[in-house]
Amino acid sequence: MTDVIETPAAAAPVEPQVRDRADVRRQIKLVVVLGLVLLAEVWFKLEIDDPTVAHLFKGPRTKDNPPVEFDGTVISWVAVALTAVALLLALVNRFPRGWVGVLVAVAVGLGFYGAFLMWAYADPSGAFAPAMTNPIPGTIRIATALVFGALAGVLCERAGVVNIAIEGQFIAGAFFGSVFSSFAIASIAAIPLFWCPVFGLLGGVLAGMGVAAMLAFFSLRYHVDQVVVGVVLVAFGYGITSFLLGQIPDDRNDQFNNPGLLEPVEIPVLHEIPYIGEALFGQTLLVYLAYVSVPAVWFLLFQTRWGLRVRSVGEHPKAADTVGIDPNRTRWQAVLLGGVFAGLGGASFTLSTGAFDKEMTAGLGFISLAAVIMGRWHPVYAAMAALMFGFLRNLRDQLSILDEKVPGDLLAALPYLATIIAVAGFVGRVRAPAADGQPYQKSD
Amino acid sequence: MRLEIKGLTKKFGSFTANDGIDLVIEPGEIHCLLGENGAGKSTLMNMLYGLLTPTSGEILLDGKPVSFGGPGDALAAGIGMVHQHFMLVPVFTVAENVMLGHEQTYGGGVLNRRAARKQVRELSDRYGLKVDPDAYVEDIPVGVQQRVEILKALASHAQVLILDEPTAVLTPQEIDELMGIMRELKAQGTSIIFITHKLREVKAIGDKISVIRRGKVVGTAEPSASEAELAEMMVGRSVSLVVSKDHAEVGAPVLKAEGITVIDPRGHVVVKDVSFEARGGEILGIAGVQGNGQTELIKSLLGLIKPDAGRIELAGRDISKHGPRQSLEEGIGYVPEDRSHDGYVGSFSVRENLVLDLYRSDEFSRGPALRLDAISANAKARIEEFDIRTENAETPVAALSGGNQQKVVVAREFSRPLKVLIASQPTRGVDVGSIEFIHKRIVAERDRGTAVIIVSTELEEIYALADRIAVMYDGRIVATVPPDIPRADLGLLMAGATPGGSTDGSEVAS
Repeated sequence: MTDVIETPAAAAPVEPQVRDRADVRRQIKLVVVLGLVLLAEVWFKLEIDDPTVAHLFKGPRTKDNPPVEFDGTVISWVAVALTAVALLLALVNRFPRGWVGVLVAVAVGLGFYGAFLMWAYADPSGAFAPAMTNPIPGTIRIATALVFGALAGVLCERAGVVNIAIEGQFIAGAFFGSVFSSFAIASIAAIPLFWCPVFGLLGGVLAGMGVAAMLAFFSLRYHVDQVVVGVVLVAFGYGITSFLLGQIPDDRNDQFNNPGLLEPVEIPVLHEIPYIGEALFGQTLLVYLAYVSVPAVWFLLFQTRWGLRVRSVGEHPKAADTVGIDPNRTRWQAVLLGGVFAGLGGASFTLSTGAFDKEMTAGLGFISLAAVIMGRWHPVYAAMAALMFGFLRNLRDQLSILDEKVPGDLLAALPYLATIIAVAGFVGRVRAPAADGQPYQKSD
Repeated sequence: MRLEIKGLTKKFGSFTANDGIDLVIEPGEIHCLLGENGAGKSTLMNMLYGLLTPTSGEILLDGKPVSFGGPGDALAAGIGMVHQHFMLVPVFTVAENVMLGHEQTYGGGVLNRRAARKQVRELSDRYGLKVDPDAYVEDIPVGVQQRVEILKALASHAQVLILDEPTAVLTPQEIDELMGIMRELKAQGTSIIFITHKLREVKAIGDKISVIRRGKVVGTAEPSASEAELAEMMVGRSVSLVVSKDHAEVGAPVLKAEGITVIDPRGHVVVKDVSFEARGGEILGIAGVQGNGQTELIKSLLGLIKPDAGRIELAGRDISKHGPRQSLEEGIGYVPEDRSHDGYVGSFSVRENLVLDLYRSDEFSRGPALRLDAISANAKARIEEFDIRTENAETPVAALSGGNQQKVVVAREFSRPLKVLIASQPTRGVDVGSIEFIHKRIVAERDRGTAVIIVSTELEEIYALADRIAVMYDGRIVATVPPDIPRADLGLLMAGATPGGSTDGSEVAS
């Protein structure tokens, strides 16, 4: 037997100086992205011949209400400077972390947006050159559905049920929202006209819960793969609503597909804030409901008994079971509540446009799902991600008049591209609920 | 509370897991349930806890028959359980885990976290279970996680506490602490059912011992019974608890690791600058409590994960960049820690599993085609040689018992010429008979001149096999010691302390 006793660094343990690979990756990512942003911004600046741009502040464009013209050079240079500073910080690996880092990233993002707009609207051709308009109203309009969809996704996935079917809940909610509202207008005289579209919301909620019930039934009761059920439900939603729409005779369209519009309600004082007031606080009930729902879902998930149980079931259903919580029942509840939100989101499509049309949800349900992931399964962050996606969609719509300069098709792909980039690596170390997508089966 | 079990039977299809079990647990008693893996202890406890429904028989609490529809009912009746695999939500705080299921609220279902924290503090003061109510469970060591599990049971006013293999994940020091806690609980009137297969612990803490074998209570014993007697009752025949092995003929270093550092995906450094060498004809035992970097170290040796720093040499050649296939081909044998995960393919037959990493060789394949006759012949020979109890070579491995599954893995790894054998937990979940056999084969491999590395969390196994013991703690090898080191000192090293309070490890030998 050897008597050799080795005592390596036991006396004075020193942390080995090895740099975390994740840290290296973070730096590389930052440098690459900031570098590309900087290049783009410089290119935008160099492309501009006449830096005059116009901004239409309020109301429609008329002779008496012309857009305000100004020189965009400063904005372009500020953006370049911001990005250059951030790039330098990243190069020496001193890019701030935590919320300061987020602020810097947001600043760079806004700068890029500004530099892009300056380029897009610069070199005006004649007196009727396109003018910038306030992006907030359009963002809110699109983001309302996305926020509701994201909340639905967060609720389901926190309970451990993957919800791919948000798109299906949207389309069903849109159709039945329209039907309920139209029916109320045409056939129930007792409901005042203002409340008829609100009655439509009820139809949306019921439809959303119906699809949710199917998702829960197949995935919780029969353990069918949740992604497969979700995809099938989306196809089913598209199919059944198209079919039902085809069944409405032309002469009875008013009775079934003329839901009217949700009327805006102005919130006193707040809606008078210049520039953002009207856009944020001169909105419909549904939008206010979205504002309230985000903190409400957060409170529900993180500050209530039910929320604690939902999250425990999504993380470790067996642990929940051993303390007397029924995982499948809890999941049912969460999925159905998610259905309520997804249905509201669906109803917003028809109640803000005034009619249901085939496949009108156009994949926004999937964008909601992306917002869930980008928002790290957190209701507030997911809602913020939904706002960002809404903003990008709206940007595309606004820039469509500049088709010659900015290719519309490329812009149409922008939200999706942003989704992929974001989901692929810019949300940090994402951790889904541990039991997300896994059916829970009790042994007997 | 007096717990009585009468004729409790549980059948899974045609398999009888528990057969007419009778037990009485008196108030304030520590009742040990001793039995091998698969003897039916956990099935019995899961019935007591409402996780399984008995096929027949009854459970009486203070003389009244009870039936449990689920764990909630058992908890309400005063039965608490600390599961072998902790039932804790890793991303919740200690207080949240303790409150889950019977949450303190302000009314209207709003959580009252302050009350929950207060309850945790009160209980931990009363029973001497030190925990921080605001710590996240994923951040605290397993020993503390176990205290949280006990707190959970106490918080729901458990009068009967079931501890299912509680010592498997603990250091010897933590085991002592746990025993202190058990005595404290007992003094305050809680009855404890203590499930284990470790004889030493039973003798140390038990008031009464019941032995379970093949789903039946085969006898009771007093703690004064000898270990040999208990072992014989447990296994059903006399077993030798000691592996006979000759003096090691230590050869040249075969595998050299230098400065291995591994960072896990969450950014924690799990293996910190580990260096060692394994020498031919010698068994190097890596001792340590689970989760101190052994898993990652072994995986990096084999190339299953790439070390973030360091160099691995096999017979003088750098293999740091090798993947598992090259490592296997270079002559490293590997018995993985979790055989069902990376040791075999459960739905494949015994025959196929026996060539899982050999099928590429000319012996078992010709071009793209497998030589099925050679594979069958190989299976026949291995089944005989390693005494694998299987219906035939076509039986899927998942249908075998744990011990026989492990023999399939061991047989495969031993059936090619090895330079290094790396065996991680080679006898986990294996019956005593098979342990004897696997240990003998490992010693035989050593005598053939192979460098053997054994990773084990069981001190018995380390003492039985190792010629040299490297102790891992917190990602480091904190000391390398000879196998005659006293148990207490080894335990201290495993807990990260330096033996005898000295900072110089070499004093251990003197």
